[in-house]
Amino acid sequence: MFTKFDVLETIDMVEKEHLDIRTITMGISLFPCIRDTAEDTAQRVYDLVCRRAEKIVKTAEDLSREYGIPIVNKRVSVTPVSLISAAFPEEAPLIGRALDRAADALGIDFLGGYSALVHKSTADYERKFIRTIPEVLASTGRLCASVNVGSTRSGINMNAVKMMGEAFKRSAALTADKDGLGAAKLVAFCNAVEDNPFMAGAFHGAGEADVVVNVGVSGPGVVKHALEQIPDADLTEAAEMIKRTAFKITRAGQLIAKEAARRLDAEFGIVDLSLAPTPARGDSVAQILEELGLEQVGGHGTTAALALLNDAVKKGGVMASSRVGGLSGAFIPVSEDIGMIEAAEKGEINIDKLEAMTCVCSVGLDMIAIPGDTPATTIAAMIADEAAIGMINQKTTAVRIIPAPGKGVGEQVNFGGLLGRAPILPVHTTDSSRFVLRGGNIPAPIHSFKN
Amino acid sequence: MRAVVTVTGKDKKGIISKISAFLSEKNANIEDISQTILGEYFAMIMLVDLSEATEELSALAKECSELGKKIGMSVYMQHEDIFNAMHNV
Repeated sequence: MFTKFDVLETIDMVEKEHLDIRTITMGISLFPCIRDTAEDTAQRVYDLVCRRAEKIVKTAEDLSREYGIPIVNKRVSVTPVSLISAAFPEEAPLIGRALDRAADALGIDFLGGYSALVHKSTADYERKFIRTIPEVLASTGRLCASVNVGSTRSGINMNAVKMMGEAFKRSAALTADKDGLGAAKLVAFCNAVEDNPFMAGAFHGAGEADVVVNVGVSGPGVVKHALEQIPDADLTEAAEMIKRTAFKITRAGQLIAKEAARRLDAEFGIVDLSLAPTPARGDSVAQILEELGLEQVGGHGTTAALALLNDAVKKGGVMASSRVGGLSGAFIPVSEDIGMIEAAEKGEINIDKLEAMTCVCSVGLDMIAIPGDTPATTIAAMIADEAAIGMINQKTTAVRIIPAPGKGVGEQVNFGGLLGRAPILPVHTTDSSRFVLRGGNIPAPIHSFKN
Repeated sequence: MRAVVTVTGKDKKGIISKISAFLSEKNANIEDISQTILGEYFAMIMLVDLSEATEELSALAKECSELGKKIGMSVYMQHEDIFNAMHNV
């Protein structure tokens, strides 16, 4: 039985420390929707998503009230659209727009899965599909796209990396009136996971059930508050404190995930243990690192502090949930974290340090605004760097970069809401195009041959 | 099914009577009650049985938070499982 201190602690976590369930994401398989034409398929997709996810918003609101824990986002992820539109890839936008209409009708925040998996090579239908991404992102509101360009088992598909450099440029250019918002809904992955509940990279993998509920927990503020109680503790004790806190947060997520799955008549998928920040003060991963003793995130010691945090969150979370999956780590999206925004504004954090940080945490170069005149080949080279970190370290890495149209260093982009704002960070201006344009594959590392 | 009602805020007269009148009107049975006053700060925790309550928990929880606003306190009603999950292994 719990004590009154436990009750008050939970209430404080919600009231003062921003404890929330970040997302309930319903994964829906679209394979049964495949028909002869794009029109018919799009109609089936719309009908299926609307029918299966009909109750997701109401269920989340009910659960939120009954358990007294806010549930911030309601989302849907679907089978990678490139797979169900393989017979008519140039018409895939019809399906993309049908999905966006379904998301509107349901009242959900985002819908992910306008995706392609090309980690080994790019099939003809996938090449055509990837070319449709920028236009689709510019003409939809809630749809998110992702492309897996590499994996530890298959190496890095550099032809796809090059295409993604261009896709980011074009997605931003087509949404120039909104600071390049299109690029903020696009992710390039290495080692993409099939059960990720977080956007913009969520899709419903081919190995998943018909309908699955995945839940992403959060609570950087709760972890920071716990650490504030032990300002003089050594790092062993700090790690223990983070573990215990992550355990509590994840147990809340596990309870809500199971109950949501039951009420939505879906399979319980996974709990994603990621610490996900929001732009609100006190809901920041960067501020946890600063609480551990760094004057500002980005300084020397940042990578070590992040490694400690990321590992302790996993250890606490794994024991609290029967099924852990998704990305499960600490997110460091620059525009969505007040501590990161402040460090970037002061010039205390740069892309090179961010890249180093992604070696020890999920997920990658996330929500970083760069000068609008950055060449597509430079963006591709950044994707290649990040994919290499994922490939060699057998972890998921991603790139979500916004080349802000018409803007340069010293200016900022502002997307509002959960996507936040970001000062534009400088990138290296030396030319990487000869490397990128070579194409081909970066072979899989020797340690991937485990069979 | 049982829920936990938590009332916190600045101490004033009549809090318990207002909360228990509300619960009795909804046919919720108070099984346990614990109250602390720290300086001016008031904290009360009630365990209530809702098996014969006239409304669903989600509706009652909403009304509790509205009642809280009316009397100037913070009032929560939450399913007891959330505390069992978070604080027990």
